[in-house]
Amino acid sequence: MDNMMKLEFLNKSNNERFARTVAAAFATILDPTLEELSEIKTAVSEAVTNAIIHGYEDSTGMVCLEGRIDGRTIEFIVSDRGKGIEDITQAMQPLFTGKPEMERSGMGFTIMETFMDSIEVESVLGGGTTVKMSKTLKDR
Amino acid sequence: MRMKLIGQMHVLVVEMEEELDHHIAQNVREIIDKELKRTNAINLVFDFRNLSFMDSSGIGVIIGRYKIVKILGGSVIIVSPQPQVRRIIEMAGIHKIIKITNTLDNALKMV
Ligand SMILES: Nc1ncnc2c1ncn2[C@@H]1O[C@H](COP(=O)(O)OP(=O)(O)OP(=O)(O)O)[C@@H](O)[C@H]1O
Ligand SMILES: [Mg+2]
Repeated sequence: MDNMMKLEFLNKSNNERFARTVAAAFATILDPTLEELSEIKTAVSEAVTNAIIHGYEDSTGMVCLEGRIDGRTIEFIVSDRGKGIEDITQAMQPLFTGKPEMERSGMGFTIMETFMDSIEVESVLGGGTTVKMSKTLKDR
Repeated sequence: MRMKLIGQMHVLVVEMEEELDHHIAQNVREIIDKELKRTNAINLVFDFRNLSFMDSSGIGVIIGRYKIVKILGGSVIIVSPQPQVRRIIEMAGIHKIIKITNTLDNALKMV
């Protein structure tokens, strides 16, 4: 492991921008392309927003964002201690949303999968959710 | 966010700035819906020239407004999305139901 960082913040929606900006700034160490940078920023935004909207709903809790760099590979881990996901396979299907009444489109996981190289989701009902995603950046 | 009404054409132009995420979406949604009601506009133009970032929350905002405007008998047009915003729009298939154009002038000709 060449580098790592860890950030914890309250589940407030105005921290979404804060978190994805930190993730992008951390990635800057690897001198990514503009496209890679915006992919990372978007994927992290999706995971953090999910933790805030779905993980905690109306309760209060902390969201954790970890970043790790190993060579040209960057990994982000977003975790919450919220309500958890009952059926992860179903949750990750394109267009599946647990909250259609909130104008959610069910595209969050699809965006994370498209913009990162790999994604792993672990969840415990009542215990919380951890999303781990990584991407190997082009050599520059 | 700034809005202007082109009254004789019943068009509400919404100029988005900076970043459209879940935090911002809550407000944007309310303001647009209120303004559509107040002005009797039936067409909506999203001017995305100055919008540098959008995530899935933006998809919800666009599709939600599309549904409202469709009921009113009008249309939604998107102007000049930047590359990141365009990718999200295309990934969600929004370009299949909503027209995208390069200039506001074009958009006004299309409504
Ligand atoms: N951290 C989480 N805690 C609990 N449930 C989650 C979490 N993340 C995702 N989910 C569940 O997985 C579903 C799918 O998530 P996804 O991000 O793909 O779509 P969405 O958030 O519903 O809509 P969108 O991201 O397009 O606004 C959510 O609706 C929710 O039910
Ligand atoms: Mg989501």
